[in-house]
Amino acid sequence: MKDVLIELLRNEPLVYTLMAFVPLLWILPFALFAVWWERKVAAHMQDRLGPMRTGGWHGWAQTIADILKLIQKEDVVPSAADRMLFTLAPFVVFIGAYAAYAALPFSAAYVGAGIHIGLFYIIAVSSLVVIGLLMAGWASNNKWSLFGAMRSAAQVVSYEIPIALSLLTVVMVVGSFDLQEITKAQSGSLLNWFVFQKFPLLFIAAIIYFVASLAEVNRTPFDIPEAESELVAGYHTEYAGMKFALFFLSEYANMFAVSMIAVIIFFGGWNSPFGDFVSGPFWGAFWVISKSLGFIFLQMWLRWTLPRLRVDQLMYVGWKVLIPFSFAIILGVGLWVMMAT
Amino acid sequence: MKRYFKNILDSVATVLIGMKVTWRHLFTPAVTIQYPDVRLKLPERARNRLYVNMDDCIGCDQCSMACPVDCITIETIKSTPDINLGLTSVGTKKRLYVPVFDIDIAKCCYCALCVYPCPTECIKMTDVFEFSEYERQNLIYNFATMTASEVDQAKAKLVTYEQEEARKKEGHGGTRTETAGAAAPDSPRAS
Repeated sequence: MKDVLIELLRNEPLVYTLMAFVPLLWILPFALFAVWWERKVAAHMQDRLGPMRTGGWHGWAQTIADILKLIQKEDVVPSAADRMLFTLAPFVVFIGAYAAYAALPFSAAYVGAGIHIGLFYIIAVSSLVVIGLLMAGWASNNKWSLFGAMRSAAQVVSYEIPIALSLLTVVMVVGSFDLQEITKAQSGSLLNWFVFQKFPLLFIAAIIYFVASLAEVNRTPFDIPEAESELVAGYHTEYAGMKFALFFLSEYANMFAVSMIAVIIFFGGWNSPFGDFVSGPFWGAFWVISKSLGFIFLQMWLRWTLPRLRVDQLMYVGWKVLIPFSFAIILGVGLWVMMAT
Repeated sequence: MKRYFKNILDSVATVLIGMKVTWRHLFTPAVTIQYPDVRLKLPERARNRLYVNMDDCIGCDQCSMACPVDCITIETIKSTPDINLGLTSVGTKKRLYVPVFDIDIAKCCYCALCVYPCPTECIKMTDVFEFSEYERQNLIYNFATMTASEVDQAKAKLVTYEQEEARKKEGHGGTRTETAGAAAPDSPRAS
C-alpha cells in the first residue's frame, strides 16, 4: 500500500503522514461502535435491553450522541491540579495506545511501519501508557486518582512480564520479531495457527497472554485501577469533556490493540481460516478485524462474568501463576524447537 | 504444591462455569418493559387520577366531606321548581346547580374515600397516572361546566324566587323573613 501510494503521489512525506492516519480511521468508528456494543452486551447479559431509543434501531446512535455531548462539555481543570501535566496526560495515554498501531499488520498489504522488531516495538511502546496514567493520577491532585494511578502502574508493570514471556514463545518458534513474518508462518489453514501448534504449550501461552492483556488494558476482572465502586473512576476521576473522552478512546484503542496482537501472534493474523479460500489484501483486513472483535467480545463477556480481584490476588495471579507458567512454557517450547532442528 | 495446581484448575473451571451462565443470559429475553411504548396493565382497583362526570353530579357534597385532606371544593346553587335539571344516569333527580367542583389533585392522597360515598357514582378513579405539570396551579382541576353568565343567571333566579316565596308567606300571615336578600344558599360545607 505504501509503495502504491508513493508511486501515485510522488511525495514521500505526504504518504507517510497519510499512512499514520489510516489506523485512526479505524479506531474512531471502532470506539464509537464498541462502546455501544459493550453496553448492549452488558445489558443483555443482565437481561436488560440497553440503549434502545437514540437513532431508532436499538439505539445505534447512542455513542454518537454521547460524544456530541462530551464535545460540548466545559473543559474543567481543578484549581489544585498541575495544569500542564493534567492537560498532557490524556494525550500521552492516547499516543501510547496509538503508537502500537504503527506496527500492526491489518492485512498483507497494509502495515503502518514494516519494522523487523515489530513485536518488540509494540511491547516497548505500550508501556508508555503507564506514564500517562501516572501523570493523570498525579496531576489531578486527588487521592483517589493517585490511588488509581498507582494501582494501574503496579498492575501494568507486573503484567507486562507474562505478556512479553508468552509472546516470546511464538518468537522462538518463528525466529522473527516481524509481525508480518509471524503471520505468514501461520498461513495455510486453521490448524497452522499457533494456538494449535506445539499443542498444548502455545495454547496455554495464548491463554496466559489473554489473561495478562486483560490486566494490561485495565479490564475486569483486573479493573482495580478504575474500580468504579471504590475509587469512583481511578486516574480519570477529575477529567471532563473531551479529555475524558480521550481516555475512553485510548482504552478502547488499547483493547483493540491487545486483541489484535493476540490474533496476529496466536490466531493467524490476516490469514483466512479456510486456507486460500477467502484470502487477499481486503479479506485479510476483514479476517484480522473480525477475529479481533471476537476477542473484544470475549473481554466484554468476562467483564460481565467475573467480579473484580483484590490487589493481593492480582499480584498472586501475576507473579505466582502467570510468570512461572510462562517460564515453563518458554522452556518447553525452546526444547521442542531445539529438538526439531 | 498440589493445592497450587488444584487452585489454578478450580479457578479456570469456575470461570468457565460463570461464562456459561452469562452466555445463557445473553440470549434470555430481557425483562425490560419499554415503558412509554409498552405499558403494564394496571390492577383493577388501581387508584390514580380522579375524574368527575358532571352530568351525574347532584352536588350532594359527600365526597368533599369524606376527603381527609380537603382537596375537593364544591359550591352549589339551589334550582327553582320550574327548572328541570334532568336525571342522572342512575335515575336520581338533580336539584342543585354545581357552579364549582374543584379537585386539587396535588393535595389528593389517592385514598379513594370520596369514591365510595358518591350516590351516583360520578366521581371515580381513572387509570391515568401521568399528569405532571410545570405549574402547581394547573393541578387544580375544574370539573364544573357552568359558565359565569349561567351562574349569575341561576343566582339571580334563586334570589327573585326566594323573595317571591317570602312575600307569599308574609301574605299568608307567615313569620319568616330571614331568607329575603340571601344571594345564594350556602353549600353544606361552607355552612
